[in-house]
Amino acid sequence: MLRRALQPGLSRGVLGRGLGTHRGRSTLGKVEGSGGYRGSWVAPVSSYVTFRTRDPTHDGKTVGRLGEGDQNGKVSEIKKKIQSVLPRGAWNPLRDTSYLPPEHSDVVIVGGGVIGLSVAYWLKRLEKPQGAIRVLVVERDHTYSQASTALSVGGIRQQFSVPENIQLSLFSVEFLRNINEYLAVVDDPPLDIQFNPSGYLLLASEKGAAVMESNVKVQRQEGAKVCLMSPEQLRNKFPWINTEGVALASYGMEHEGWFDPWCLLQGLRRKVQSMGVLFCHGEVTRFVSSSSHTETTSGEEVTLRRIHEVHVKMDRSLEYQPVECALVINAAGAWSGQIAELAGVGKGPPGTLQGTQLPVELRKRYVYLWHCPQGPGLETPFVIDASGAYFRREGLGNNYLGGCSPTEEEEPDPGNLEVDHDFFQDKVWPPLAQRVPAFETLKVRSAWAGYYDYNTFDQNGVVGPHPLVVNMYFATGFSGHGLQQAPAVGRAVAEMVLDGHFRTINLSPFLFNRFYLGEKVQEHNII
Amino acid sequence: MAHPANQRKKPDCGRWESGGREWALPGKRVWPLHLVTPVWNRGTRGTRGLSRAVAPEGSQKKGRSLLQFLADRFYDVQALREYLLRKQVLKVHQKNRPFTYIRERFGPHAAGAYFILKQGGAVKFQGKEWIRSDARGHFSLDFLKFQAVPVEAVDASGCAINYQGLDSVCEWAETAGLFICPSVVGSRKDHSASPPPPTVALKELQSLWLQRCPHVDDWCLGRLHPLANSLQELSLAGCPRISERGLASLHHLQNLRRLDISDLPAVSNPGLTRILVEEMLPSCQVLGADWAQGLPSGPEEQSRDTASPLPA
Repeated sequence: MLRRALQPGLSRGVLGRGLGTHRGRSTLGKVEGSGGYRGSWVAPVSSYVTFRTRDPTHDGKTVGRLGEGDQNGKVSEIKKKIQSVLPRGAWNPLRDTSYLPPEHSDVVIVGGGVIGLSVAYWLKRLEKPQGAIRVLVVERDHTYSQASTALSVGGIRQQFSVPENIQLSLFSVEFLRNINEYLAVVDDPPLDIQFNPSGYLLLASEKGAAVMESNVKVQRQEGAKVCLMSPEQLRNKFPWINTEGVALASYGMEHEGWFDPWCLLQGLRRKVQSMGVLFCHGEVTRFVSSSSHTETTSGEEVTLRRIHEVHVKMDRSLEYQPVECALVINAAGAWSGQIAELAGVGKGPPGTLQGTQLPVELRKRYVYLWHCPQGPGLETPFVIDASGAYFRREGLGNNYLGGCSPTEEEEPDPGNLEVDHDFFQDKVWPPLAQRVPAFETLKVRSAWAGYYDYNTFDQNGVVGPHPLVVNMYFATGFSGHGLQQAPAVGRAVAEMVLDGHFRTINLSPFLFNRFYLGEKVQEHNII
Repeated sequence: MAHPANQRKKPDCGRWESGGREWALPGKRVWPLHLVTPVWNRGTRGTRGLSRAVAPEGSQKKGRSLLQFLADRFYDVQALREYLLRKQVLKVHQKNRPFTYIRERFGPHAAGAYFILKQGGAVKFQGKEWIRSDARGHFSLDFLKFQAVPVEAVDASGCAINYQGLDSVCEWAETAGLFICPSVVGSRKDHSASPPPPTVALKELQSLWLQRCPHVDDWCLGRLHPLANSLQELSLAGCPRISERGLASLHHLQNLRRLDISDLPAVSNPGLTRILVEEMLPSCQVLGADWAQGLPSGPEEQSRDTASPLPA
């Protein structure tokens, strides 16, 4: 009986203060419901029998064998109680609270998408000494059904106009290339993110040719391998392109392509769990903060707020747990604006620093999958037309993914994730069919919609602390290129948290202050 | 250019034999796959994809679950296992470290050749014979005297070359041809601030064999594009990590005349992949899986406008 009590494989709870190692077993497949993984603070099926009395109807299984069944039930109860007391059991003498987040946590990361998990990973990796910081990741939807990460097209490129974006992307590519060294977990299979190194091809008309040339110059200075092509060269290389209206094209030769974002997400989750990060399935509903008044050097009165507690409400229940925390990291993606409002960002007269809101809002984008039997071949890069329409190949079977960002006037209502198929007919198909004549005959197989965490100010990310709410850090607002910058942004935020300044990539142009000061860091190459 | 193995068997054989198995060069030990995984390191299978190909024996399984059992309960054992895993990875890194001193002293061709020879491969300089290391890993250093003689062919079959190693080989090929490649953040090269000058056509590396290399993956294939002007022969047979996604990046190599993509276990659909690669590289002879492989029955209807297939 002692041997069976020590058997591994029973569900693992947590000894609240980290006395045991917790190996969450997460599967790499899609999560159905909440049964996908056994995280530290989530017990979808709690097999721990606590000391509350059993339901009398439980003895229904003993029908016909009254005396024996009773004994068996009692014996198994006793066994489970003993297991809970031994190491690696959860000692819950009063009530089973393994599904609740801890009462104290050093860092609370709101949002468990790729950015949030990347921040958690780098915090755990860069902390000194190891195990010093308790990190809690709060994610309200464990199926990731509306998360931008899971619905992303998965491209990664260095063809940006802002040098910081290029550096972020270059580091992220290096991270992805060595993902099995960064995210290696003993005894788990290596990750295959299915990277297609096919590159990006951006096309520019006469108007945009000069801008593209200067962008490529900046990109090459930063170390990206991009080359410019004339329409003639374009026709030679890709005979399926119709170069009418194209004045210049920039083609990424290396470190660009697309990959499987779900695999990256699951790999991060698995590694982060093995490093001891706690997960909570809940929603942040309230921040409890205190304020203090100080004077700036110019004598102006300013109110600084400090968040003390985060109220995490459990899924489908009114129960909430106040988590005392030192830092909050807002990585809630498209919903960051709401989280920031809860924390008191933007509560003040407009035009002041107090009144500057976080300009991140939800924007809906559509992605369509079609089949074209005579379409471009295996060498097709991720093509972005001058009109904004884009497409890429998917797999070996002549399937293509693509879409287009709507203009400001045509923005669809982000209330739901319903797909508008007329949008494809009117806005996506015509420019693509004009650019690639083979796309005149195609058949749409499926489509989906996802959210951009759209930064209405300048479409670039917001990274770093808020000047007034002193312990809230932002890592959001990437407007469609968050996935490809996630590893680097995670590292930058971790450096900011642990060292107080950016160490490797200087993201000071992306701080929150720019919204108040009006300094736009405009990114031109946004799709 | 006749392959030395062919010289051994038939004098006029310029064609390829099937399956890549006749490629064993004289004097070179071909390590079967299961010997590559060290047996003593029982539990640390995390990042070595090759270990999946080996069925664990009974005792290995018991040993691993004991270690796993202990690692679940004791931090020390867990740290030990993570350390062993890291050591595996560092070993490969150590094999692929760049030899910057040799490059500065003897030139880029000699440095590239030294790197390949150190890994256990073989190098052929233009106009000279094949140089390879013997069974104990020793090789003659005469080639260090060839300062400006370019390397014509590289045989890195079975070597533990990875992206970093291939990066340095391609970099040396580029600097030899005065093409200064813009540096990549995160590598050990200096950060070059000026845009690169126009490239000089390289008539240098013509053949590259990367058969059965356990660490060559799709990223490495993306790195081969600077060799586009000169590379005529490329063999990737038996590499366990290459998939059809990496093969898509071979279209830069327009001068390629012979490509061997047989026996790639990670390619999901070998027949279809071969057809797509043949369409992508029309003037190249592609040796790969039979295009009817994987089809249940019946004739193949797709038209193929490339050279006739060699008997598989």
